[in-house]
Amino acid sequence: MQDEIANSLRGHKADYIEIRLEESKATRIIYRGNRLEEIGRTSSLGGNVRALVKGGWGFVSFNNVNKLQDKVELAVKQASIVGKEASKFSPAKSVTDVVTAETRKNPMTVQLASKKQLFDEYNDIILSTPKIQTSNIGYNDGQRKITFANSEGTYIEQTKVDISLRLAAIASENGQVQQIGLSLGSQGDFSAIEGLQEQVKQMAQRAVGLLSAPQAKGGEYTVVLDPVLAGVFAHEAFGHLSEADHVYENKRLQDIMVLGRKFGSEHLNIVDGAAVPGLRGSYKYDDEGIPATKTYLIREGILENRLHSRETAAKMGEKPTGNARAINYLFPPIVRMTNTYIEPGTLSFGDIISDIREGIYVKDWYGGTTSLEMFTFSAAEAYMIRNSKIAELLRPVVLSGNVFVTLSNIDAIGNDLQMNQGGGCGKGGQSPLPVSNGSPHIRIRRCLVGGS
Amino acid sequence: MEDILSQAKKVAEQAEVFQISSKMTPIHFEANRLKQIQDKENIRTALRLIKGGKVGFAQISGSIEPSALVEMAVETCQFGMPAKFNFPNPKVYPKIDTFDSQIDAVTIDDMVELGEQIIAKIRQHTSEILCEASITRGIASVHIINSEGGEASYNKSFSNLSLEGVLIKDEDMLFVGDSHSSCHPILDFGPIAEEVIKQLEFAKRNVGISTKSMPVIFTPHGVVSSLIAPLVSAFNGKLVFDGASPLKDKLGEQVFDKSFSLWDDSTLPYQIASYPCDDEGVPSQRTPFVENGVVSHFFYDLQTAALANTQSTGNGSRHGGLPTPSPSSLVISKGDASFWDMVGDIKEGLVVELMIGAEQGNILNGDFSGNVLLGYKIENGEITGRVKDTMVAGNVYQVLKQLEAIGNDTRWVEGFLLTPSLHCSSLSVASKAG
Repeated sequence: MQDEIANSLRGHKADYIEIRLEESKATRIIYRGNRLEEIGRTSSLGGNVRALVKGGWGFVSFNNVNKLQDKVELAVKQASIVGKEASKFSPAKSVTDVVTAETRKNPMTVQLASKKQLFDEYNDIILSTPKIQTSNIGYNDGQRKITFANSEGTYIEQTKVDISLRLAAIASENGQVQQIGLSLGSQGDFSAIEGLQEQVKQMAQRAVGLLSAPQAKGGEYTVVLDPVLAGVFAHEAFGHLSEADHVYENKRLQDIMVLGRKFGSEHLNIVDGAAVPGLRGSYKYDDEGIPATKTYLIREGILENRLHSRETAAKMGEKPTGNARAINYLFPPIVRMTNTYIEPGTLSFGDIISDIREGIYVKDWYGGTTSLEMFTFSAAEAYMIRNSKIAELLRPVVLSGNVFVTLSNIDAIGNDLQMNQGGGCGKGGQSPLPVSNGSPHIRIRRCLVGGS
Repeated sequence: MEDILSQAKKVAEQAEVFQISSKMTPIHFEANRLKQIQDKENIRTALRLIKGGKVGFAQISGSIEPSALVEMAVETCQFGMPAKFNFPNPKVYPKIDTFDSQIDAVTIDDMVELGEQIIAKIRQHTSEILCEASITRGIASVHIINSEGGEASYNKSFSNLSLEGVLIKDEDMLFVGDSHSSCHPILDFGPIAEEVIKQLEFAKRNVGISTKSMPVIFTPHGVVSSLIAPLVSAFNGKLVFDGASPLKDKLGEQVFDKSFSLWDDSTLPYQIASYPCDDEGVPSQRTPFVENGVVSHFFYDLQTAALANTQSTGNGSRHGGLPTPSPSSLVISKGDASFWDMVGDIKEGLVVELMIGAEQGNILNGDFSGNVLLGYKIENGEITGRVKDTMVAGNVYQVLKQLEAIGNDTRWVEGFLLTPSLHCSSLSVASKAG
């Protein structure tokens, strides 16, 4: 196959061509309440060709991996229709490598029966909690072998294993319905989702607790974010804005996102990097064959870097960061985050809430989205803070704000960094991409909270 | 496919093979210029078995080795859910128009020209805007066969034009956009350009708004981005059966405003969500969810319907796995108020054009709470500008229980919802500026 790929890349009038072939298998298990509703296996074989001609792109995806030569020709032809100027594409060293998945307990080797037994146990814990109406469990694992080759001589085979698990407990009483979820994941280690009985039990009890909780009053508050939610904040509020594909063709946004600009206090450091090992967003090479890096987006409050593909880096005169990712062969790679986190500071949780007379402590992730300037994310759990103490439980709240203002309103950063491996990121129709995000506890002044 | 079915029949009581193949050509404009042309071919084959009374499932994308697919499905059977249904016998399907052969006549050049024209039109209005546009044409073929003799197949053509514009002034970003989908080729960019220009006009200047309860008008885009997700989950037969829907005991009860009706309709000609049969081979139909405010029906696939002791409504849809209940096209009844009549009645209020994050709230309970990405302030019966840093929170059952007015400005949004603007008398609005 390697020779066939190399042959089909030769002799075309294109500035750059790449071929990606992908073989994958996956398992999915879904519970709703006491029913195991779906258990299924899938496998897939497909690929794509991407060609660059005079700044224009052609992209062809297919399941039939024969006649690669024809697909390359079609992609080049399409790119030629689009291309009208000189291509800009960062130079890269050609690489030949085979990367195998490093797995502690590969889910592919765990019997379906054992997986089911584990989820049965979690489900029983949720459903046996009084006032719990029902549960949802969604489990996915998958192994993908990706063969990547380009017209510059790079040939890389990478195998990746991903696991994700989402549990939700749904409590109901007097027509009220409340839920709490728990999202977990791992790059290839099934044991990361084992032994969670105590966590699952607490989750179910918290969902019941929400039934009698009041809703927050909408308005501006001092909010304290736990590591999970602060990680989502780093991802949504700042991470997406750091993706250079939003910026590279947009002069006005470039003026806003100028490197060296002050975005926050000197204690604020935000990092993204697939080179940080062992996390769901970790890898050796991105989907353009560029080695992974660890990139400081904000260092000591100053915008230092952004996330790049080869094209965005070249157009902005910066270096590629290895952040071009495609969720699968049906899509071309675009600029994506990997593992995104706020670096820890020095304060304890007690220090952070010590001078808050009235505020809201928000915990755990429910969702989040951004329009670059405005972001919104929701906490699964919230408590009032009164006179420096955690007070009554509130219904889940949605926080929203303007990234430029909010980052500068972060005035305290904890010392307790935790990474969250659950969930996934969506962009340009490609979802859910395995990522992780994290943070220590942080405090934000004047944050907008939706409520009654 | 026949080969898979015959092998599967040897090892299982019942079997069903579902195959979808598609070919689509999307082209993308970025920063006002053509950036990429794509060509995507995809084929997916799924096998569902009932063996030992339990459901097994496997799916392969790409070329199939029938025995491998059967083996994978058999492995899952032992753990699968007990099957409460039989695969459908031969049926007579309604004739639903989902294919327009004119789609083949659309060339790449036509698509490029359409994109260039719409971007030029928008820039004529606002020269400094940066537009992203996508134009797609495609065809898909669906084929289902089962061991009970059931067989269905149909072709669908589809076309989409979507545009999103961003206008940045200092640190102020304005996002505008619209899209249109059809089984007919889309050749006219006019309605989308008109909508986007309307949004630009309304958002010409930024104005502050108070933090308090006030009247809110949801435009069709506002309805889809705020209110639909909680409704879709509440009418899902699966959530009803689980007891997780707030409407579970409300069949036949007046829950919504008397003037509010909502139905699902997979039979509408040339709508991209239409089909002669769903992904399990059940004939398509129109299913009323709310008739004059009264909850009248939930939507089902075969298995959920059997569990709930009712009939499938032809809403079994596959999203990469087993069929599950999903709406096709949703329609909200049209009212008689013009948009400007509704605006004219409001002294101080808000028009929600687009909300982000609304689905992150407790949608099971009907709660929504999100950031108004695009919204306009109403003062003394007139739209005076765009509001920013503003959140709206509410409960869909409270909003739809008493509507002030329903618009006559009905239109399709997101390819699956036909809705007018909805005017509700009071919602909680929180704003930084206030």
